[in-house]
Amino acid sequence: MQPDVPSHWHDMGGGPAGSVPRAEHDFALWEKRVDALMVLMSNKGHFTVDGLRRALEEMGETAFETMSYYERWIAAINRNLVAAGAYDTAELAARMEEVARRGATYGDAQSR
Amino acid sequence: MPHDHAEHLSPSGHPYRPDDDGPLSYWQVMEIAVRELLVEKGHVTPEEIAAQIEAMDARSPAQGAALVARAWCDPAFRDRLMADASAASREMGFDIGALHLVAVANDAVTHNVVTCTLCSCYPRNLLGLPPDWYKSRAYRSRVVREPRAVLAEFGLDLPPSVRVRVHDSTADMRYVVIPDRPAGTDGMSEEALAALVTRDSMIGTGLPRTPA
Amino acid sequence: MPNRVEPGARVRVRDWSPPGHVRAPAYLRGRTGIVERALGAFPNPERLAYGLPAEERGLWRVRFTMAELWGAAAETPEDTLDAEIYEHWLETGEPHAA
Repeated sequence: MQPDVPSHWHDMGGGPAGSVPRAEHDFALWEKRVDALMVLMSNKGHFTVDGLRRALEEMGETAFETMSYYERWIAAINRNLVAAGAYDTAELAARMEEVARRGATYGDAQSR
Repeated sequence: MPHDHAEHLSPSGHPYRPDDDGPLSYWQVMEIAVRELLVEKGHVTPEEIAAQIEAMDARSPAQGAALVARAWCDPAFRDRLMADASAASREMGFDIGALHLVAVANDAVTHNVVTCTLCSCYPRNLLGLPPDWYKSRAYRSRVVREPRAVLAEFGLDLPPSVRVRVHDSTADMRYVVIPDRPAGTDGMSEEALAALVTRDSMIGTGLPRTPA
Repeated sequence: MPNRVEPGARVRVRDWSPPGHVRAPAYLRGRTGIVERALGAFPNPERLAYGLPAEERGLWRVRFTMAELWGAAAETPEDTLDAEIYEHWLETGEPHAA
């Protein structure tokens, strides 16, 4: 493969695949928050849905195979927000370290 | 509290997914941090986030089912729906935002089914968030090449007399299937008819229920 | 082929693979279909994806037969597939020289 030519792995129509997995789940609060951040921040003009898709595509097929849907979304939202100057990566890294120290569960890690 | 109620199902009939009591993941940490930074910098408020979650939770296949049942009962509404499904949805009072909706109708010789091969486009502002399988590689890859085999996996065996029309949501439109009204439903109320319309029948991977 | 993209026209999806974000699926490139309806004009996603000002491009719903898409391997040749294709991906006359 040419190193500079991205594989359009996300362009799946017609590709080989097995039977359709039918298990469904209800969305967790953190997933709904990711969804809400996407809608709100794109409506406010910080990025576009197209920018979200581009970031998801550029994250590559391994991300698709190993991360859940909303894990991929928060990663792609973050790329777009950094590019839009909403915050910078140093601020994010510092805040993530602080959040991770707050507790062992998602509930414990909320600011109080 | 650990999850020890695996047998319990949510109101929609699915297992509860671990929420705020599982081990904190890297991506959950990122979500919290991103959200806090956005709030502190004045880009968004916690109230806006809560309101957006509430608005999304309020969207569900029930909205689409009401739309379909109205179309079954009111030929003039059906004409308006087929001409401009966004306007017809707003006429029903649904907050669909900027959704550009196209209705595609089944009949005795036509069966429609919707997908998005490039990502996961779905009429979310009418039907709520898509099911996991809609976003899967298997569905996205196969339904454009072998729709009948995929539909058979969903329990829908279409006769050769029915032509399948697949709709790939590649750009700005979103699609809702208007299933054919089941036989034996003459005289049923619009509300009773709506109860027959399943989410999958509006994606095209199912048919409406038949009256008991 | 006629020289205009309009409902009922035969159109061919441009067969090329620009690196970067596009919304014309690979399985439709180089395939010929019939314009099913006009959808209006929408900002070009190939610029929106990079945060750039995006000019509006005509968007068309194009219907393909499964026979056209998959040839002898088609599950049911007369079944159809509709997709939305931006006008700059549609050819109405001779294919672009490569």
